Amino acid sequence: MKDKIQNDYLIQSGPDSLGFVETKYFTFAEPPDHLVLESGTKLGPVTLAYETYGTLNAQKDNAVLILHALSGDAHAAGWYEGDKKPGWWDNMIGPGKAFDTDKYYIICSNVLGGCKGSTGPSSLDPARGKPYGLDFPMITILDMVKAQKYLVDHLGIEKLLGVAGGSMGGMHVLQWVASYPSMVRSAIPVAAGLKHSPQQIAFNEVGRQAIMSDLEWKNGDYYGSASPKRGLALARMIGHITYMSDSSMEEKFSRKLKNGKYSFSFHPDFEVEGYLHYKGDDFVKRFDANSYLYITKAIDYFDLSESNALVAKSKEENIRFLVISFKSDWLYPPYQSVGIVRKLKAGSVDASYCEIDSSYGHDAFLIEIREETSLVKHFLSRIYREVIDER
Amino acid sequence: MKDKTIKPDHKIIIDIINKGSKVLDLGCGDGELLHNLAKVKKIKAEGVELNEENIYSCVEKGLSVYHRDIENGLRDYPDNAFDYVILNQIIQEIKNMEFLINETFRVGKKVIIGFPNFAYIKARFDLFFKGLAPVTSSLPYEWYNSPNIHFGSLKDFKTYCVDRNIKIIEAYYLGDKNIIKFLPNIFAVSGIFLIEKNPDII
Repeated sequence: MKDKIQNDYLIQSGPDSLGFVETKYFTFAEPPDHLVLESGTKLGPVTLAYETYGTLNAQKDNAVLILHALSGDAHAAGWYEGDKKPGWWDNMIGPGKAFDTDKYYIICSNVLGGCKGSTGPSSLDPARGKPYGLDFPMITILDMVKAQKYLVDHLGIEKLLGVAGGSMGGMHVLQWVASYPSMVRSAIPVAAGLKHSPQQIAFNEVGRQAIMSDLEWKNGDYYGSASPKRGLALARMIGHITYMSDSSMEEKFSRKLKNGKYSFSFHPDFEVEGYLHYKGDDFVKRFDANSYLYITKAIDYFDLSESNALVAKSKEENIRFLVISFKSDWLYPPYQSVGIVRKLKAGSVDASYCEIDSSYGHDAFLIEIREETSLVKHFLSRIYREVIDER
Repeated sequence: MKDKTIKPDHKIIIDIINKGSKVLDLGCGDGELLHNLAKVKKIKAEGVELNEENIYSCVEKGLSVYHRDIENGLRDYPDNAFDYVILNQIIQEIKNMEFLINETFRVGKKVIIGFPNFAYIKARFDLFFKGLAPVTSSLPYEWYNSPNIHFGSLKDFKTYCVDRNIKIIEAYYLGDKNIIKFLPNIFAVSGIFLIEKNPDII
């Protein structure tokens, strides 16, 4: 045990670790200056939970905004006291890492609609004195990005050195370029596409139905009583299947049995079953079912495929793209990332693309750190060198 | 160009290209040529490359690179996007070579094309006297593992250009160690041509 503590201490205080970090909060859109959502509905006040790592330089031109995926949060890197795991992209963010905190100022915020400190359906509705539940308005990827822009403005940053994220975070990246091209120097969408495809919408809908079929869901009005744990766990189990690949599941579980023999019952016999149950049960401890509904719906609404917004100003603003996909990702397959690149090339926008030969499926964006580091590190250095030359 | 670390064919290509041009290198490998071009001629460089390891090398050199096969990658670029498109030591391996050459003319104003000379004297000797498929410095493969599917000579290429209404603006012939001026179709191991499409006569 002592060794374990010693080991954790070393990890937390190693030369490439950020050590302990803390979440900060920013509240804006106080009525009557509401945040006007894409649906036309007004929302306010809005709070975003966020973390920052590294130091914003005097010119304020070294800021990189990191965007998280469906179940992520503002805690992208570093440690909370007493935690066994660091932030969700800790192996990419820190001193000397891909997002090098010795050089860059890294920002990550929990999305609007989330449940990790930002305003979402589990937050208190000030008008009614109780949690929003289903009275929370429908939100979109654009709304989430609008909220992030308030935060970036608040931090005094006029132009971000980069915006980067995987999966839903990749959609935020694209939306940032489409909505605020003059505020972005470079964009790194990872394992994402121009639109949410019918297959992706279908998986999200099954997840939502799992939650809404749980009797404890009570039309979203479950705060203060039992929450729809079964439904949310089931949604997460389905999600996890789509994040892995046939070969990564074979490698990780094969047909291994939990207790060495068949139980001849409906108890989970196979390790893969145990894993999914564990992941589902673990998820309900840290995630709100209504947030899952709202965020997946926002993802489903995402579609920049027909619009010219992504390329309209990108060339003029000289925005550089690094698009990354993973060979075995069948949830956000490489052809969808190629779709982004094709659109950019057609608009004469500078874009690099790499399809990483990984067997880990969609999860690869959190696993293939060596490859992602090589790409991101050199790509960002190049952009930053140009910024310094321009000064 | 006097830098000794730059390969002879790269030196020729670097000399051909005007400063500040927009250049696309198809099958750019580890990006060495584009990197040198960017350094020497301040070009706006871009590459298409299929090998993943090469993509990391290119990005490390600060280049923009598209991880895709050449034919599909090229289709994604708009018309007249580049001043030069480079096809160096690649057409002999491309199945649909004619389509590719036409596409390069759509995307680029001028095309630089370099390929091994199948009529090089050692190749002729191997075939004629030894009765063996030729192995030379520019055709280094054995008959059973060669990626090459088009075996053209410098003369073949010139004939092709006449047939297809392509104008050869400049031509360079390389020996193993030097530039070849005398009877290149016999003494050059490879050739590099700067070409452009003549306007179609209606």
